[in-house]
Amino acid sequence: MGAFISPKVDKVGIEDRVNRITKRSIKKEAKLEGLKMALNMVDLTTLEGMDTVNKVTQMCYKAQHLHDEFPGLPTVAAVCVYPNFVKIAVNALKDSPIKVASVATAFPSGHSSLDVKITDTKMAVDAGAHEVDMVISRGKFHMGDFGFVYDEIAAIKQACGTSVRLKVILETGELGNLDNVRLASDIAIAAGADFIKTSTGKIKPAATLPVTLVMLEAIKDHYYKTGIMVGMKPAGGISNSKLALQYLVMVKETLGVKWLDNHWFRFGASSLANDLLMQILKQSTGAYQSANYFSKD
Amino acid sequence: MAERINVLKTYKIFIGGKFPRTESGRFYQLNNRSKAIANVCLSSRKDLRNAVVAARGAFEKWSGSTAHNRSQILYRMAEMMEGRKDQFISELVLQGVDRKEAKVEVDLSIDRVIYFAGWADKINQVFGSVNPVATSHFNFSLMEPMGVVGLVAPEKSGLLGLVSSLCPILVSGNCAVVLASEKLPLCSITLAEVLATSDVPGGVVNILTGKKEEIMVHLAKHMDVNAIYLTDNLEHKKSVQEEAIQNLKRVVLGNQISWGDRTVENPYIITDFMETKTTWHPVEVISGTGSGY
Repeated sequence: MGAFISPKVDKVGIEDRVNRITKRSIKKEAKLEGLKMALNMVDLTTLEGMDTVNKVTQMCYKAQHLHDEFPGLPTVAAVCVYPNFVKIAVNALKDSPIKVASVATAFPSGHSSLDVKITDTKMAVDAGAHEVDMVISRGKFHMGDFGFVYDEIAAIKQACGTSVRLKVILETGELGNLDNVRLASDIAIAAGADFIKTSTGKIKPAATLPVTLVMLEAIKDHYYKTGIMVGMKPAGGISNSKLALQYLVMVKETLGVKWLDNHWFRFGASSLANDLLMQILKQSTGAYQSANYFSKD
Repeated sequence: MAERINVLKTYKIFIGGKFPRTESGRFYQLNNRSKAIANVCLSSRKDLRNAVVAARGAFEKWSGSTAHNRSQILYRMAEMMEGRKDQFISELVLQGVDRKEAKVEVDLSIDRVIYFAGWADKINQVFGSVNPVATSHFNFSLMEPMGVVGLVAPEKSGLLGLVSSLCPILVSGNCAVVLASEKLPLCSITLAEVLATSDVPGGVVNILTGKKEEIMVHLAKHMDVNAIYLTDNLEHKKSVQEEAIQNLKRVVLGNQISWGDRTVENPYIITDFMETKTTWHPVEVISGTGSGY
């Protein structure tokens, strides 16, 4: 299948641009607004083999009560769980604006039959998930079978129906280089992804600024061509506020303010939320904070 | 042949086992009798933030190591100091200390480290206790380190005062963020080199040079600092105590005039940076008489 032709990526140019983006200085009110915005974009995530009903319930509680002592905080955007915990999460979050996202399609490896993947997706959708995070078949991608990757994404998109948004995880840490990241982004977008997402969080490197910039460029080109917006979700490895703000700067300078909303941009992270909270309190109280005073999950 | 140009040391700060420059890029000139002797980092509150993060990160490992191991590591620190004696002496002289006094100070400093190293496995033998209770419990109290301790080091004793106030903090398993003497900072950075080569894990001790007054308020406010040791009788002590209330930081006030004095070796200074944990362990009968301890 040679039907997919993507532009080549200028690696040095990307790194140079990232380098300049990381040097933007954001202080005072702008910083506080940025931190709150980032918090509102977090997908609070637990994707462990040891997840339990209680763990998921507790995370849903945390999502709704980030730090009650400090009023006026936004909520996180969503919680992200395995399909068998979707019902529990939906139930726990039924009175809140927080969405429930579920990974599916034999997450994290993606090695299974299409039938199993569709069943996996339907299970999450039927349980009430608002969003599905699927993984692409990296093996097939590396074998050059891009048509297979495309068809699979399209099939899962169909299984999601019209109301459930599909995030496509490229697992960029396994794609090898930025050219492949760009190609995979283009395939996912063409196949109907509502969001493209960097990583499962199970592989290192996970999200990085250069990889995210390449994906944002793919989204931008698609938008210029068709007028259709696609969302972006870097996931994994974003654990501090400084980095989160750099991502926001990158989104704003690449795609514009329209994407600075949790409908179009998310952070997949588990520990980022607490760091954002600590920084928000630092900005407001003037005192550096301690993790001791914030709930762990 | 041209005369060789000596390679001078850049005095940097010590955070997380590394020697970065201050993130602020600022420095101040250190003078002795109006002669410039070194440029020293003028640390900022962000350096303090980084130092506390490093100290917190190192706490679990350091406090979790065995008392015996901590003792050995502090002893190793003394060994390394012995090898750098001449350097310490010449630095003290450079900063205006009389050579004879400098030699005495360095010797005493090394002995101090040895003295406190010995306390590591004795703290709980001496200060722990088994407590008499009226129920069928074995009730005992053990001393535990507090966590991250901010040390505002003695202004007038650049090495002896520093090690004498630092070692009692470290020996029980605390991590330290040190604000070094403003006028005598050189030995603190050389001591950092000693620490870096003594198996003291990175982050256990972090040393900042600069204006204490500027950084102290952020240290006092910091929610992740558990205690502060103000070794000198500073005029700011009241405001430090007030800021410390927010997370109930313990503020230990010192007023040591002479750090060579044997009273410095009072072991209660170690317990000033420790908390007591008491355990009620249910048992059927404890003592021979059944009365309980």
